Amino acid sequence: MNWNWDVAKDFLPDLLDGLVITLEATALGSVLAFALGLVWAMAFRSPSRFVRWPVSAVVEFIRNTPLLVQLFFFFYVLPTWDIKFSALTTGVIALGLHYSTYTAEVYRAGIDGVPVGQWEAATALSLSRGRTWLAVILPQAIRRVVPALGNYVIAMLKDSPMLALIGVVDMLQTARAEGSSSFNYIEPFTMVGIAFIVIAYPASLLMRALERRLGH
Amino acid sequence: MTAGLWENWLLPGVWITIQLTLYSAAFATVVAFGIGLVRNSPLWIVRFLSGFYVEIFRGTSALVLMFWLAFVMPLAFQWQLFPMWAAVLALGLTYGAYGSEIVRGAVASVAPAQQEAAIALSFSPAQRMRRVILPQAIPEMIPPFNNLLIELLKGTALVSAVMVPDITFSAQLSRLATGESAEIYSLILVMYFVLAFVLTRLMRLLERRAKAGIGQFPEKRGPLVTRKLSPSKESAQSSNLITGGGVQ
Repeated sequence: MNWNWDVAKDFLPDLLDGLVITLEATALGSVLAFALGLVWAMAFRSPSRFVRWPVSAVVEFIRNTPLLVQLFFFFYVLPTWDIKFSALTTGVIALGLHYSTYTAEVYRAGIDGVPVGQWEAATALSLSRGRTWLAVILPQAIRRVVPALGNYVIAMLKDSPMLALIGVVDMLQTARAEGSSSFNYIEPFTMVGIAFIVIAYPASLLMRALERRLGH
Repeated sequence: MTAGLWENWLLPGVWITIQLTLYSAAFATVVAFGIGLVRNSPLWIVRFLSGFYVEIFRGTSALVLMFWLAFVMPLAFQWQLFPMWAAVLALGLTYGAYGSEIVRGAVASVAPAQQEAAIALSFSPAQRMRRVILPQAIPEMIPPFNNLLIELLKGTALVSAVMVPDITFSAQLSRLATGESAEIYSLILVMYFVLAFVLTRLMRLLERRAKAGIGQFPEKRGPLVTRKLSPSKESAQSSNLITGGGVQ
């Protein structure tokens, strides 16, 4: 083991630049995943099977195929259809879409957990469909699944290095660039690995604490 | 798509992906049982080391670990693995760490009276585990292991980044050769989905047999790959993909 602290010190600013991009991709991806997942979950409950079945099939397909391949699909196929995004935007879309299929299941579980009486009460009070969802069902459904959603944010963080493979300059990409320009592989890659643990571990402890607070 | 690409890259790529999945799953199972069963060891050093292992390997990203094994290991320790074995090692260690929490959770969920009854019958600790605890715990592990297996299958796509010629790697080559991105990527997405579907069917068969062994039936489920879970199980499943937790 020949660890060189000078290399580590030189690489640190690059790592922090990469960290900003990694966090940005994770945050934007989470927003997309939370929003899309809710759309899927509500579509699962649609009265029309022409909505339910196609949405279930698409969600099932996206969930059970690799994120990396979906990333390549968006990155290489969309430009041929004249839809052009930056690498980071493409990455955020792929990450958000992939994890929306996980959050959809989480929302669905939360919605299924709301007692039937709540739906019936909303009907009895002749609330509109929109009011029933927004004022009665979702506040109760989402509360109990917040920890699960948070867990998927952390899972997303750990999948975000895949974006380096389409050229997004996140933490992993800064390490690859450092390696190919100076042949210093040991320090950059080790530091990136440690950085993920340093972020993910406290975040997951936070989620555990939240889970206990919300009383599971 | 030409016949040459099919014969020389894509079909062998499918075979490499299947091999990777099987080897990594076998290795991960060994790690999961090894670590999962000693997490509650009476020796604090064993508990500490196994806990440390689980937190480290669940905390870091599988892709970063793969790069680390492929690029740092040869330089730092003068120990270079074949890309294929580096990939199996990375996947096995990562998913083994996830799996160890499933093993621990399932063992903990066996009714305490079973353990006590085995002690009252003066079974040795090994007999207790082998004859009483595991036969009841294993059927409980199969559904979460199925999820993990699908995650592992999806994870094998990462090995294309360290030059293992799996499906994704072959697709990259085919894209460079023909430029038919849409067709190639759609095709391999379908291939991955078919593999996931087949693995799920096999795991359900295994679950049926394991449950029949202790006189239970698996719950009825639709034809989908994904299971419909309750809020608390959804939460357990999601926390199983990250660190610092454990199956409730």
